[in-house]
Amino acid sequence: MRSFLNPLLVLLAVTLGITAGSAVPALAKVELKVTGGNIEPLPIAITDFQGALGAQISAIVTADLKRSGLFAPIDKGAFIEKIANPDAQPRFDDWKVINAQALVTGSVGKEADGRIRAQYRLWDTFAGQQMAGEQFFANDANQRRVAHIIADAIYERITGEKGYFDTRVVFIDESGAKNARKKRLAIMDQDGANVRYLSDGKSIVLTPRFSPNRQEITYMSYESGQPRVYLLQIETGQRELVGNFPGMTFAPRFSPDGQKVIMSLLRDDGNSNIFAMDLRSRSTTRLTNSTAIDTSPSYSPDGSKVVFTSDRGGRAQIYVMGADGSGQTRISFGDGVYSTPVWSPRGDLIAFTKQSGGEFQIGVMKTDGSGERILSSGFQQEGPTWAPNGRVLMFFRDSAGGPKLVSVDLTGRNEQPIPTSNFASDPAWSPLLE
Amino acid sequence: MGRIAALTRNPVMIALVAMLAITGCASKKTPNSAADLGLNGAGAATPGSAQDFTVNIGDRIFFDTDSTSIRADAQTTLSRQAQWLNQYKQYAIVVEGHADERGTREYNLALGARRAAATRDFLVSKGVSSSRLKTISYGKERPVAVCDDISCWSQNRRAVTTLSGAGS
Repeated sequence: MRSFLNPLLVLLAVTLGITAGSAVPALAKVELKVTGGNIEPLPIAITDFQGALGAQISAIVTADLKRSGLFAPIDKGAFIEKIANPDAQPRFDDWKVINAQALVTGSVGKEADGRIRAQYRLWDTFAGQQMAGEQFFANDANQRRVAHIIADAIYERITGEKGYFDTRVVFIDESGAKNARKKRLAIMDQDGANVRYLSDGKSIVLTPRFSPNRQEITYMSYESGQPRVYLLQIETGQRELVGNFPGMTFAPRFSPDGQKVIMSLLRDDGNSNIFAMDLRSRSTTRLTNSTAIDTSPSYSPDGSKVVFTSDRGGRAQIYVMGADGSGQTRISFGDGVYSTPVWSPRGDLIAFTKQSGGEFQIGVMKTDGSGERILSSGFQQEGPTWAPNGRVLMFFRDSAGGPKLVSVDLTGRNEQPIPTSNFASDPAWSPLLE
Repeated sequence: MGRIAALTRNPVMIALVAMLAITGCASKKTPNSAADLGLNGAGAATPGSAQDFTVNIGDRIFFDTDSTSIRADAQTTLSRQAQWLNQYKQYAIVVEGHADERGTREYNLALGARRAAATRDFLVSKGVSSSRLKTISYGKERPVAVCDDISCWSQNRRAVTTLSGAGS
């Protein structure tokens, strides 16, 4: 379990050369633009990889690509060519005839030292050439990671965007009756696999968020009686109180460089202001000083600005300010109440929760507040978090007795439930590791 | 309208909402008196006991949607609370602020905190020593009524004055 988040686990990625017979480079035809209005999912054939684990790996790759909404994996029953040697050039005509624009072949085997060796090749069937080919070594516990890394490579090669499948999500696992909910910190892969619990459920815990290096989370807990913000080292389980403030601290998030935690601090008059704490020097900076609720701060990816919620104008709206608290400006002007703004990791958009007409909506707007688009509406849903490529959001929706996690892409057309065994809320997506 | 459409699409949910509504109704009334709580005889509680406070005085007040102002009915309850608390000075007091589910989690933590502070300030204005009073917000994390409609939400938008034993 210690190796769960170890970035060095995938020891080696080697680009596989083009095999004999396909040495003539043709112009690749397979590509997909992720931005754009209507996206037609790309028909792709993902064959079972060779080796005992092969079918399992292929199934995970297939599920990742399918859930992205950008790929339409073709049913294996339609395949004509049986891939005997994943390194040899396939019979492109057999794949073109079933309209597979891209083809994935591969193999998984075990090395003498117990490591897994996995390789894949991505073929452009209409151009008749290999688009990508790589080989990975990983330790045995990381079969699923290997599959996610392959899915990321395929996604990136075809869309030109970074993938987001080899990522994790921290969230609040919820069980028990609504008026006596047990809430636990939990972490899992982005597809819902490999759930691990990080707290025992004795105290209410809320709003976990990843550090940029994925090794720590900051969250809020009632364990001391008074609700406060904490840091948790995921692998060691070491916990630490953030700051020594007189009142409740809540709504924490890391700065993009991981050096600061920004959060709300309750004032004695019942209002809440935004503070940033430097984790090394322990010095704190007050960013807002209003007789209002100022909360849910989120840094821009370059760290120069902060977006937050405030009800200083009457009802909750979204504001942007400099990271030093300067130039506080309201940016949301639509009809409704806005909260939980989160800056996209690409810097171009701000996701939010909006309450309007008795519904809760998840939407995005440009960083000046223009171009608002609602991606998902429901009776009760909130708390968007960005996939590290800035193309997909995850949030939680309360229905049928409790909350569940849902993802939606930026078109708003591809909404997917994230399977969890219990109720789940407050998802926060991990960053990618470079 | 969106809600009705959603319910029509999901008969299971209708059944569930109906069930919850019934359970919710059991605790629907403001438990400001012993009779409301189904306890026989308001005088059953020993004067000066925590039960006396909860049953005969009323330990909670309610708020309007997204509001932290103390309503007229709440002022009556809090004045009664202050009188009792000034008489029985052995108790330390924690005022819990709560919100209904019709808001986002972080905002509702702040809203609950503001309700608790408003309640505390009112008690102080009626002579309760601020050194006896602490506040805590539970946001929307501790609902008492669990149905998905207005009757429950109004129950959950509350501040509860709790007695934490012999005070300092």
